[in-house]
Amino acid sequence: MNSTWIILGATSAMARAFARAVSANGAAVLLAGRDKDDLAALAADCALRGARLAEAVEFDARKPKGFAALIARMEAEEGELNAAVFVGSMPEQAAIDADPSLIDGVVTDSYTGPARFLQMLAPVMEARGGGTVVGVGSVAGDRGRIGNYVYGSAKAGFATYLSGLRNRLTRAGGHVVTVKPGFVDTAMTWGLPGMFLVAAPEAVAGDILKAVRKRRNTIYTPFFWRYIMLIIRHIPEPIFKKMKI
Amino acid sequence: MLWKTADYAGWGRALTATGEIARPERRRVLDALLKDGLVPAIGMRRSYGDAALNDGGRVIDMTRLDRMLGFDPTTGVLDVEAGARVGEIAAAFAPKGWLPAVMPGTGFATVGGCIGQDVHGKNHHHAGSFCEHVVSLTLLTANGPVEVSREKTPDLFRATAGGLGQTGVIVSARLRLLPCKGDVMVVTERRVEGWDEFLALLDASEATYTVGWIDATATGAALGRGILEEGETGSGLVPKRVNNRKVPFDAPKFALAGPVVRAFNAAYYRRVPATGRTVVKPISDFFFPLDKIHDWNRLYGKRGFHQFQCVVPLASAPALRDMLEEIAGSGLASPLAVLKRMGPGQAGFLSFPMEGYTLAVDFPNRAEARELIRRLETLSVDAGGRLYFAKDSLARGTDVPAMYPDLAAWQAEVAKADPDGALITDLVRRLSLRSAA
Repeated sequence: MNSTWIILGATSAMARAFARAVSANGAAVLLAGRDKDDLAALAADCALRGARLAEAVEFDARKPKGFAALIARMEAEEGELNAAVFVGSMPEQAAIDADPSLIDGVVTDSYTGPARFLQMLAPVMEARGGGTVVGVGSVAGDRGRIGNYVYGSAKAGFATYLSGLRNRLTRAGGHVVTVKPGFVDTAMTWGLPGMFLVAAPEAVAGDILKAVRKRRNTIYTPFFWRYIMLIIRHIPEPIFKKMKI
Repeated sequence: MLWKTADYAGWGRALTATGEIARPERRRVLDALLKDGLVPAIGMRRSYGDAALNDGGRVIDMTRLDRMLGFDPTTGVLDVEAGARVGEIAAAFAPKGWLPAVMPGTGFATVGGCIGQDVHGKNHHHAGSFCEHVVSLTLLTANGPVEVSREKTPDLFRATAGGLGQTGVIVSARLRLLPCKGDVMVVTERRVEGWDEFLALLDASEATYTVGWIDATATGAALGRGILEEGETGSGLVPKRVNNRKVPFDAPKFALAGPVVRAFNAAYYRRVPATGRTVVKPISDFFFPLDKIHDWNRLYGKRGFHQFQCVVPLASAPALRDMLEEIAGSGLASPLAVLKRMGPGQAGFLSFPMEGYTLAVDFPNRAEARELIRRLETLSVDAGGRLYFAKDSLARGTDVPAMYPDLAAWQAEVAKADPDGALITDLVRRLSLRSAA
């Protein structure tokens, strides 16, 4: 099939694995991010793994001026247009406590930046009558915890946005998959204490691709995080507020 | 966090290290990590001993710098980052009619590791060693990034090929791939009844890929019996493989006890009909038979295992027979034992290959096995042969100059590229490779 994926935040390990997986299926990939050299290396890699077309494009969640050009670049491709959002930033909570203005950046990177982009893309997808949006959130968005509640709240906002976007795009034949990864073996989790059952980015990418194929709405990856979070969400607040997990 | 403190081990799990590891996902991060000095680079840690260990120090895990950067179909040259795995390259390119010219016994080995050990494959008698197909490589040395090639920097190239990472951090390489007919293998398997027949068949084999499995527990008239596999690439359809398996825990000691291994080997030998057979399999099954079982090294239990691998000149075949006799008599061997004939091809001062026969046998990590391997080491040196640094975990440094006559030339180049010894690993320390004379 003639499909095109734009991958926002393509330099992350999860995004790289996903880009490789859709490339192996012969899709066109537009690899969007800030580190141009790294994106160029990934584009070459994707092309050699079977992508119909692989191109590095510039995307900065904090610079919405560039979004229109990206949408136009996508429109230049025929066939189904898809987007996968892997952007987000998670400064340490202590750094945010010291400088509360950091919150703006976290919210822009993890929620409002990509949401604004998707909002511009939605009418184009509607006009084409299909396509899928993959939005990567986090289990951290399921409940605010002392360790990363700013990041978690941004991801929660993004998850609610994705749910609304799904409601909208479904009417036009499109679809939205919300992905909530648990611990994944990436640069973000490297060396963090308390990690367990850490998943390989390739396994997560495989789960996402399967969810796209089956038009699943919300997935946890690896799957057991659904149950872990089910428990965490149901801890009564009077108890939860005293816990440190 | 950039650095994390971890316990890690070589593939044999008998030797371990504790130290800080960084795993950059981008070139920019790697450059920043090395700004204040070189750090040894490691890959998938498929070397059995301590080649990828730096106890008490730092290492850089290169496995996330694994992109294929470009391919020229007119020359067959692939530009690839050092952390890419050989099996991934094979999987991506075999359907297009290309294969890495040399593939070691595991597809999990990285390009950087294959260069650092100048590995060989089942086609060594024709194609030579891995680094003979390296057109050039990018190396970060104490003097900055260097483009290393046989033409421009011959000495540095020879010191880097099989150079155990001591000349710098290998970032990427240009590999000349070999054309292949497709992504399946046509493999002829036949039983070999004993040692003399084995050597005769290896000598006479005209196949592109040749490898022998040897029953290292068979004694007497059956000494040296095994299975000869000869393979050619082909095109066609084979059933897609079902999921890989994984060894979920450390096996108990009896899993590889003498009687179990003997029974397994006898059954494995008879798996091939007495008249032989020709089968078609996916390339990965032929080249990387054990990769199907993830973490198979755990079968040896938590104490791990050692692999002994030596090569001896053709004329020393009788000495190799004596070694096999000693191994078979000891009752210590595991089912994993390989016999191959090697050609003369090699690319570096410390490359393992030499024209002759190579024997590789796994042993559980026990005192008797360690003593046996020490005796085998002496026999190898006396036979004019050498041990393989990718496998070794027990050798003494004193034998190295005799085994590797170009050691001094290697030391001179290494001293220039890394004067401060920042790249020294546990293997290099254990064998005093950079100072032995």
